[in-house]
Amino acid sequence: MFLTLLAKELREQWRTWKLIVFLAVFLITGLISPVLAKYTPELLGAIPNLPAGLAAMIPTPTVADAIAQYVKNTDQFGILLVLLLTMGSLAQEKERGTAAMLLTKPVRRSAVVLAKALAGMGVLLAGLLVDGLGCYAYTLVLFAALPPVAFLLLNLLIFVYLGVFLALALLASTLARNQGAAAAGAFGALIVVLVLGSLPWLSPYSPGKLVEWGVGLMQQSAFSAWPALGVALSMLALSVAAACWSLERQEI
Amino acid sequence: MIRIQNLVKTYGAVRALDGLSLEVAPGSVYGFLGPNGAGKTTTMRILSGLARPDAGRAWILEREIGRSGADVRALIGVLPEEPAFYGWMTAREYLRDFAAPLQGIKGAAAAQRTNELLAIVGLAEAADRRLAGFSRGMRQRMGLAQALVHRPPVLLLDEPVSALDPAGRKEVLDLIETLRGEITILLSTHILADVERVCDQVGILAKGRLVVQGQRDELLARYAAPLIEVEAGDGFGGWLDWARRQAYVTSLTQSNHTARLLVKDVHAAQQSLLAALAEQRIPVQRFELIQPSLEDVFLRLTEKEA
Repeated sequence: MFLTLLAKELREQWRTWKLIVFLAVFLITGLISPVLAKYTPELLGAIPNLPAGLAAMIPTPTVADAIAQYVKNTDQFGILLVLLLTMGSLAQEKERGTAAMLLTKPVRRSAVVLAKALAGMGVLLAGLLVDGLGCYAYTLVLFAALPPVAFLLLNLLIFVYLGVFLALALLASTLARNQGAAAAGAFGALIVVLVLGSLPWLSPYSPGKLVEWGVGLMQQSAFSAWPALGVALSMLALSVAAACWSLERQEI
Repeated sequence: MIRIQNLVKTYGAVRALDGLSLEVAPGSVYGFLGPNGAGKTTTMRILSGLARPDAGRAWILEREIGRSGADVRALIGVLPEEPAFYGWMTAREYLRDFAAPLQGIKGAAAAQRTNELLAIVGLAEAADRRLAGFSRGMRQRMGLAQALVHRPPVLLLDEPVSALDPAGRKEVLDLIETLRGEITILLSTHILADVERVCDQVGILAKGRLVVQGQRDELLARYAAPLIEVEAGDGFGGWLDWARRQAYVTSLTQSNHTARLLVKDVHAAQQSLLAALAEQRIPVQRFELIQPSLEDVFLRLTEKEA
C-alpha cells in the first residue's frame, strides 16, 4: 500500500518534469558556484578604468570562496525549490478532487502524507547529490580537491536544514484547502523561521546554524550546533506528524 | 447491507442531513432521488469516509462507518459526481499501477483486471492515452472502472450517467443492470427515467430527510395519483366548475384549452366526466388517462416537503 503511494509520488515528480527541473537547477547551482568564485574577481579586475588601489584590493579566490558561494546558492535556491515543490502536494489534490478519489480507497491517510514526505526528501537528497558532485568536480578543476568527509557532512547538514522547510511546506499544504493558502502558509513559515533565527537569544537553536556548522567543518573549525540539529530534526518530525494528524481528521 | 440511522450533518447554518435513516437491501439497486441540495452527495461522502456526521450512525455490511475505517472502505467502490484523476497517468496506469494495488491486487492479476474493466467501460482503445485528455464522459466511465476494480460488494454511485451521451448512458445502465443481485448499489441521480429503468428500490430525499422509500412499483401504486387530461378547443363552459365539485376530483388545473384532473377513483371519474362533457355538448378533442410516472411521485412528494 505505502509502496504504491510512494511509487506514485516519485513517478509524478518524473512525469510532470518537477524532478528534472529540480535536478537541473541544483546541478547548475553546484557547477556555477566554484566558477563564480573563481572568475568574479577576474571579471571585476577587467572593468576598464578601475582605480589602481581598488584592483589591488580584490583578493585572490580560494577554495573557501567556492564553498561560501556554494552554500549561499544552495541555501537560497534550495529553499525556494523545496517550497515550490512541496506546497501544492496535498492542497492541489484536495482542490482538484484526486484526494477524494484516493481517500475512498482503503489507505491510511497518514500513509499518504508519509509517502509525500519521503518522496520529497528523496528528491531533495538527489538534488543535493548532483549539486554537491557538480561543485566538487568544478572546485577540483578550478582550485583543489575538497576534503570529502567534511564536504559530505556539510551537505548532510544542508539536507536537514532544507528538510525542515520541506516538512513545514507539507504541513501548510495539508492544512490548506487550496494552493494559494498553502503557498501563503509555506512562505509564512519560512519568514517566521528566518525571523526567529535572527533573534540573538534564539539563534543557537535556529536550523540556520546547521549551515554555519557545515561551513565550519570545511574550515576545520571546532564550532558545532548540536542544539540547532536537535531543534531542526524535531521541527521536521513534528511537522510531518502534525500533517498526518491533521489529514486524519479532515473532511475532504 | 447499507443501514443509515438518524444521520445529521450541518455546514454552518445549513442542515444538509436532518435525521436521515434508510436501509438498502442486499443485492438491490437503490435509487437515491432528491432535488439539488437535498443531501444526496453529503450522504455519499459520509458513507465513503470523506465526511463525518454530527450525529447518527451508518453501517455497510454490518461494519460501522468511522469505526473500522479502512476495513469498510475495502468493501465499497465509489464513483464521485465528478471523478478526478492524475492527468499525467494513462488509463491503464491508473487502474493497473494505482487503483488495483491500493485494493491489494498486484502484478498479473492487476493487469488482467485492468484489461477487463477497460473493455467493460468501453475505454480499451483509450487505455494508453493520458487521462488529462479525457472528456467528462470518458472520466465518468473511468470512474466506474476504478470503483469496480476490486469487485466490491457495495457500490456508491453519485450521478453515474449525468455526463454521458445517450449511447454511453445506455451502456452504463446496462452494466448496472448486470450487477443487480450480485452487489448492492446506491445510485444517486436526478434523472428519473434512469431510476425507473434500473432501480428496484427508491428513496426520495428532501431537505436532508427521507420523504419516502420502498419498492419502485409499490411507490408508484401508492403515490402516483391517476391524472386525466381533457382538451377542448372551444373551451369548457360550466363543466370545469361542475368537475371541481365532484368528490373523486382531488385537484384541477387548466392551461389554455387543456384541463388536468387528479382523481381518486379512475373508473367513476372516466364515466362521470365523459357523460357530463357529452351532456353539456362540449366538443372534446382529447380525453386521456395519463399513466403515473416516478417523476410525478417525485415532484408531488418533494413539492409537498418544500
